[in-house]
Amino acid sequence: MSLENTDFALAVEDLTVSFDGFKAVDGLNFYLEKDELHVVIGPNGAGKTTVLDLICGKTKSTEGSIKFKNKELTKLAEHEIVHAGVGRKFQTPSIYENLSVYENLEVSYPQGRGVFGSLMFKRTDEVDKRIREVANEIFLGDSLDMEAALLSHGQKQWLEIGMLLIQNPELLMLDEPVAGMSVKEREQTADLLNRICKGRSVLVIEHDMEFVARIAHKVTVLHQGKILAEGDMQTVQNDPKVIEVYLGH
Amino acid sequence: MNFVMERFLGGKNGAIGIAILAALIFLVLPLVLDLFRLNLVGKYLTYAFVAVSLVLLWGYGGVLSLGQGVFFGLGGYCMAMFLKLEASDPESTKIQSTPGIPDFMDWNQLTALPWFWEPFHSFSFTVLAVLLVPMIFAIIIGYSMFKRRVGGVYFAIITQAIALILTVLIVGQQGYTGGINGITDLRTLNGWDIREDSAKYILYFVNAVLLFGVIFLGRYILTSKFGRLLLAMRDKEDRVRFSGYDVSNFKIFIFAVSAMISAIGGAMFTLQVGFMSPSFVGIVPSIEMVIFAAVGGRMSLIGVVYGTLLVNFGKTIFSETFPELWLFLMGGLFIAVVLYFPNGLAGIWEKHGKKLVNCIKRMQCYSATKSLIASMRTKFGAAKQS
Repeated sequence: MSLENTDFALAVEDLTVSFDGFKAVDGLNFYLEKDELHVVIGPNGAGKTTVLDLICGKTKSTEGSIKFKNKELTKLAEHEIVHAGVGRKFQTPSIYENLSVYENLEVSYPQGRGVFGSLMFKRTDEVDKRIREVANEIFLGDSLDMEAALLSHGQKQWLEIGMLLIQNPELLMLDEPVAGMSVKEREQTADLLNRICKGRSVLVIEHDMEFVARIAHKVTVLHQGKILAEGDMQTVQNDPKVIEVYLGH
Repeated sequence: MNFVMERFLGGKNGAIGIAILAALIFLVLPLVLDLFRLNLVGKYLTYAFVAVSLVLLWGYGGVLSLGQGVFFGLGGYCMAMFLKLEASDPESTKIQSTPGIPDFMDWNQLTALPWFWEPFHSFSFTVLAVLLVPMIFAIIIGYSMFKRRVGGVYFAIITQAIALILTVLIVGQQGYTGGINGITDLRTLNGWDIREDSAKYILYFVNAVLLFGVIFLGRYILTSKFGRLLLAMRDKEDRVRFSGYDVSNFKIFIFAVSAMISAIGGAMFTLQVGFMSPSFVGIVPSIEMVIFAAVGGRMSLIGVVYGTLLVNFGKTIFSETFPELWLFLMGGLFIAVVLYFPNGLAGIWEKHGKKLVNCIKRMQCYSATKSLIASMRTKFGAAKQS
């Protein structure tokens, strides 16, 4: 477990998880640098979402280590991992439908996280300013008072990204952020991701190859819980193993 | 002032709702009803504490407890123990084989006061116990369940089992608890006879003031970030967890607060009714209280008070005329509310009542504009003529 420290923002080493003998992730080694936007692709069941689950603590690993800024995450509780600076967006947009856009962002504001802190939490000018700032960034500046349930699917995706951005995480993990988005929304999202990956690491799971090509600094192809190929988009796309796996399905 | 308005009263609309309810409870009911009926309303209003606690826990927190009677009962028993000890002074119990202990202990061959009864000689200890015993109990239950992420139906079933266990315990240990009869024959509170008419009036008003106190407390919690987090957790618990919150702590807290609120109701019940028995602890009263909350509207701190009053009036009226049918009617009512009015009376009011008010307002506006135009006409007419 106690592997040496590295210079990477995120270092995943020998990570394995098995569900009743089935190894969903098998001896994964994976590194992420600061300012890097890394995309994970792979056929269904390759273990992509499971990797995110393991990093954010939703699933406990069987073996291996996950170090974020040299801090071991595998033993931490979910909320402690968040406090360490890891934010994660779920595959289906996970927002609070009964609350307004403003309240969704406010609830995610990283202050008043304890029971009594939240009772005493005040909507100060600073909080208000930050909420508006993030709302503008995710193209929802005009919809702050709208009930989140009324947003379009794409807007819900943005809102969830905004709920993570307001916490200023150093590692941002996005599970299929453009699913259900129109072409124009995809373009906007690509710009958004290119903007927000500065000063932090971003890990994205995505199927849309055009979109991947627009954003990815580096691509990892996952297949049956193992890394099949890694590199820039060009290299990966021309890798015969990758072509075989994708054509085979 | 602004802070109080927003956080404790819930803005202008909330303040109007509270004012109407306050007028009903503090003015209308005491003026209209005779003492017997008013005392009955006082008893119903002690159930309203539990209903309010369920708004916080169930309505907003999404955690259904079918064992709130446990906390109501614990609060009630704490108060009853104090009153019983005061009623069991050596003078009035001198015919017992052991004078100075409660009569039911003597009947059960106990010769000394059990240790856990001792501190209930003190009134201040009793008040603390009313608030803290249920709270600590709730924290223990909450900790062991919410930390293991037990929720939903499982939580409801376990709380129901706890209600049953506590009833069985109280009934079984009759030497210590008074058994199935409960703790009866309570007379005075620090020398003040609680059976007198004036005492009944005073207790009614104390109870009403406390009820508004917990409603304000509820408002304060629900209008804070904590309140929005409760809603968020009910919707998407995982999202809250992965936004950096320890969800279980929030649930434990709201469960403990709801236990405390229910316990205040229980203590006031004992004071107004003059006894406490296991029939207010078990499964049936716990479920009845959930029905009060459902009928009133589980998202409305004010609505549940109306719900509690209405269902109980209905119970009193119907069970006098058709005693066998009442339970079926109540079950039917619950099903109907859940199916057709998930937000209860408060939901119906939100949907239709407000429209009615607006309509009346508009009619007034209409007549006001009409009279304005008429007066303008006469003025202009007068100007033309001159």
